[in-house]
Amino acid sequence: MDTRTADELHVSQAKTSWMDFIKTHFRDYGMLLSLLVIMLFFQVVTNGTLLRPLNLTNLVLQNSYIVIMALGMLLVIVAGHIDLSVGSVVGFVGGLAAMMMVRWGFDPVTTTIACLIVGGLIGAAQGYWVAYFKVPSFIVTLAGMLVFKGLTLALLGGMSVGPFPVVFQRLSSGFIPDALGGQGFNYTALFLGIASVAAIIYFSFRSRANQLKHAVEAAPFGLFLFKNGLLAVLMIAFCYLMATYRGLPNVLVIMAVLIALYAFVTNRTTIGRRVYALGGNEKAAKLSGIKTERLTFLTFVNMGVLAGLAGLIFAARLNTATPKAGLGFELDVIAAVFIGGASATGGVGKVTGAVIGAFVMGVMNNGMSILGVGIDYQQVIKGLVLLAAVSLDVYNRKK
Amino acid sequence: MNAILEMRGITKTFPGVKALDDVNITVKAGEIHALVGENGAGKSTLMKVLSGVYPHGSYSGSIIYEGSERRFKGIADSEALGIIIIHQELALVPLLSVAENIFLGNEQARYGVIDWSAAFARTKQLLKVVGLNESPETLVTNLGVGKQQLVEIAKALSKKVKLLILDEPTASLNEKDSDALLNLLLQFKAQGISSILISHKLNEISKVADAITVLRDGGTVETLDCRAETVSEDRIIRGMVGRTMEDRYPKRDPKIGETILQVENWSAYHPIHTHVQMVKNVNLNIRRGEIVGIAGLMGAGRTEFAMSLFGRSYGQNISGRVMLHGQEIDVSTVEKAVSNRIAYATEDRKTYGLVLAEDIRKNITLANLDGVSKRLIIDDIRELAVANDYRTKMRIRSPSVFQEAVNLSGGNQQKVVLSKWLFSDPEILILDEPTRGIDVGAKYEIYTIINKLADAGKGVLMISSEMPELLGMCDRIYVMNEGSLIAELDIAEASQEKIMHAIVKSGRR
Repeated sequence: MDTRTADELHVSQAKTSWMDFIKTHFRDYGMLLSLLVIMLFFQVVTNGTLLRPLNLTNLVLQNSYIVIMALGMLLVIVAGHIDLSVGSVVGFVGGLAAMMMVRWGFDPVTTTIACLIVGGLIGAAQGYWVAYFKVPSFIVTLAGMLVFKGLTLALLGGMSVGPFPVVFQRLSSGFIPDALGGQGFNYTALFLGIASVAAIIYFSFRSRANQLKHAVEAAPFGLFLFKNGLLAVLMIAFCYLMATYRGLPNVLVIMAVLIALYAFVTNRTTIGRRVYALGGNEKAAKLSGIKTERLTFLTFVNMGVLAGLAGLIFAARLNTATPKAGLGFELDVIAAVFIGGASATGGVGKVTGAVIGAFVMGVMNNGMSILGVGIDYQQVIKGLVLLAAVSLDVYNRKK
Repeated sequence: MNAILEMRGITKTFPGVKALDDVNITVKAGEIHALVGENGAGKSTLMKVLSGVYPHGSYSGSIIYEGSERRFKGIADSEALGIIIIHQELALVPLLSVAENIFLGNEQARYGVIDWSAAFARTKQLLKVVGLNESPETLVTNLGVGKQQLVEIAKALSKKVKLLILDEPTASLNEKDSDALLNLLLQFKAQGISSILISHKLNEISKVADAITVLRDGGTVETLDCRAETVSEDRIIRGMVGRTMEDRYPKRDPKIGETILQVENWSAYHPIHTHVQMVKNVNLNIRRGEIVGIAGLMGAGRTEFAMSLFGRSYGQNISGRVMLHGQEIDVSTVEKAVSNRIAYATEDRKTYGLVLAEDIRKNITLANLDGVSKRLIIDDIRELAVANDYRTKMRIRSPSVFQEAVNLSGGNQQKVVLSKWLFSDPEILILDEPTRGIDVGAKYEIYTIINKLADAGKGVLMISSEMPELLGMCDRIYVMNEGSLIAELDIAEASQEKIMHAIVKSGRR
């Protein structure tokens, strides 16, 4: 390596002040900060209801399926497409699960596996037209939205079907049992929280050491400590609160594992890199030997599987499948990804952004419900927040 | 002679960069004033200041036009006074007709209702002036680039132009169209219209310019008066790069070995008009350490040939055989072509070569991600080392490899594209217009890189529309016309005349 440039970089690095760094990485920190501000706001105006253990648990349960779908939607949007059908797929897969277990007598495990496969097949069916026939994804998934909304109605015969076996309900309403045998306080939850914090801190220190060793611009040390410290305090506080109630919901664990997995895939794997290249410049990606069609196809298959999983979680949460399940979910999911900083033209977006975006929407839903804001004005406010977040993003990028 | 335009002490800063630093330029009434300088010297920024894209107040200095100081707030202000700029990337709407394009934003209308007969009549007049023999109703998309350029000029004329600014008007034109355009500028001059011509083609500049202002690194270097004495190309280059160019093409001792690549009977058809054969039975070979050129006019089928060869990226119904070291290889997808160690660096970097929003590092490794990853997981430290290595070797000028490709100059973008393909470790490199839109200094660097590749034993196939470049770089030149290879010339016998002669002769048949 050129040592001279390394030295130059060290020099410029030494000069990187907190403000400069925050300015250039505004997007990364700004999102998290606005989520915290919104949470603080609702915590105050709801007189502390927002962060009560019961409500916190509800918040996670209410938003898990949106977060999970946002992971898939992020890839679809980064690849330069959109999927409007996910809400209908949630309803359809939930209905299918209900019919399989309640009417046709399948066991929950077989049902779950079958439903995930069906989700994947639905994604494949839509991805096929988008990837290989070059039909705009907006059209294909708009069609899919209508088709699966209709099929849900047909499948359920217009009725609600339930309840489900207890094992299946646990998917949404179950908690990680306390192996450490706490009484009224779930030690396992706290332990898992501390363990994850330790792992996160270990990995960020290692990656920072690596960055410095190779003269890469890294966050100023103070900011780095502050960021990790804040994250650690928040996570442990969160787990502590959860522990005083019933511990960590099963869904939370599924969600956390998926978030970690997708963050890794998008940041560190060749397939993730290729999706970004595809969305950034499809022609250049193709001429670089990337199988753009197959990659587009796979992002839709992935979206289908995640929508299927979300359908199962949602059905398990309500303990019944209704023809109206999943209505309008696609809007929340897409909004979450855009609030999280993804670009509508593709090639730009982060998993962490999408997750934070989903929670921004979730906290607002929850907080406004506690305050008793009607569903009418909730939508108005959410719409304006989406517009404001994306406008701010566009403005920042122009500068 | 009076000055129509004087720009005094123009300074324009962007966050962190001084794009223009005390620039002065004086354009006299009725002259053709050339503005030259390397990419990034500040030519386009200066013209944006002049036309009001950067409004008054966002720069310091003054603009004096037709005798009084002007403070343009936007393009509309400058256009109203007859300053019309024609950008390098043409601003025509492809699916509208010639007439609609010419009067776009300036419709021949009364109370918002368009008077089509007046528009068509005016259009016919204007087309006659620019020498374009097309119906006003023709859709712009059906015209070639050269004709589109003329439509742009007709559009400028419709606005009662007094000062016409042309940014690289001939960059994508062949020689015939370029000549026609330059003659048009001379005609305008006779009618008293002044023009500012931005161009990299110095031969054109010495042909038509009355004065030349040279910019370097955001400042004025000098203004050369061509009426007093003839200004040689070398003289201009010296001003641009701040040093003399001993030789525009670096020297090299070719060490040519055995045949690496052989293409037999290669044919390809147009992707939409399936009966039109774009590439006709092409046979060619490339040897180890050899730089082989393909000469030809714009639209001769050279890019189509190269892209159809590279993973069938162009056309359909493709037939023919490709042999690497005598063994037939499969090049039916880009992936297979790359794994058979063929690389193709496109003529259109922005559309086909780079992911502009991604940084240098990610662009360099894109075609060979497996080379920096283990079991699908990217080793980012190794990737960084690779990128830094190429940044140093290729002398890519940027603060770091984390610079986004969109912020690089043309020459540096081309170096990134070349780095990407070198990292895929090819034996055969197809370079399509490798120096298009690149300034003189960077061209030399690109030539040096190409020579090094040949010296390292690779076979290079170079497509270029600039004949001197092919003559200066290649060991052997194929001439292509209308999809066929019509001549093969050894460099010892090749000359610009012979190439043109071959093209003309084959066209007559």
